[in-house]
Amino acid sequence: MEFIRAFVVGGTLCVIGQLLMDLTSHKFTPAHVLVTFVSVGAIISAFGLYQPLVDFAGAGATVPLSGFGHILAQGAINGVKQNGLLGAFSGGVAAAAAGITAAVVFGYMAALTFKPRS
Amino acid sequence: MSFLYKSTFSGKIKVGVTGMSNIAVSERQKKEYAQTVKQVKPKPRLWRNVFWAFVTGGLICLAGQVILGFFRTQGLEVNAAGAATSATLVFLAAFLTGIGIYDEISRFGGAGGIVPITGFANSMVSPAMEYRSEGMVFGVGAKLFTIAGPVLVWGIVTAWVAGVLYYFFR
Repeated sequence: MEFIRAFVVGGTLCVIGQLLMDLTSHKFTPAHVLVTFVSVGAIISAFGLYQPLVDFAGAGATVPLSGFGHILAQGAINGVKQNGLLGAFSGGVAAAAAGITAAVVFGYMAALTFKPRS
Repeated sequence: MSFLYKSTFSGKIKVGVTGMSNIAVSERQKKEYAQTVKQVKPKPRLWRNVFWAFVTGGLICLAGQVILGFFRTQGLEVNAAGAATSATLVFLAAFLTGIGIYDEISRFGGAGGIVPITGFANSMVSPAMEYRSEGMVFGVGAKLFTIAGPVLVWGIVTAWVAGVLYYFFR
């Protein structure tokens, strides 16, 4: 059941991204889609509305990039809870550090290892 | 679509040559043409794109759920398991981009291959690989962040604002 929920919610979020691109005649590029998802995810999360989606759909909510925004926003808010205003500076990136570092390290290694086809 | 353009055009010509009785036909043709365009043109591609985005994105999230479940059974608490899942998906996406498979997935799945974190990883590896000839600094180093840069800027600023607002208005 949790797999079906992850599939449906994750698929639906991707459909939103597809509609953003197709209904704007692709003036909305993949970069715009990713930026929109991360920011809107962070905003929804700040209002406390993203965590229920994560509880419901698991990876269906955390794997799309809106989940990355959720982690950043919750990190910043939890940082404020623990360290006051300084936490707004340290909390977000700290919470997302594993994802960011993985992307940089693996991305760098892949770019060095493989040759582009074409 | 070109035959539709032709038929309206010939309708307009007739109006000029044979008089009033054909104006009604022409108007009707125009309406029909507009309706036909509305029905035929964007929808099939849109619905096809939406369908494959749903399936592709759903399957990637489903894979994420399987990996998440695996890390949970290894005794990781929920946030750590989530981070490990992200790292694993990013690794897989970087690898699949390297061997040229991920670009096929995005070409076919559209936003289904872009919106998940695997698409984020793909957006880093793809340009970095392509511009490697420009060197380790301005080639690989800079191009890794062609799309990831804006994403991090927007994500970090939005989260910072959320934290600051929480500080003042909690």
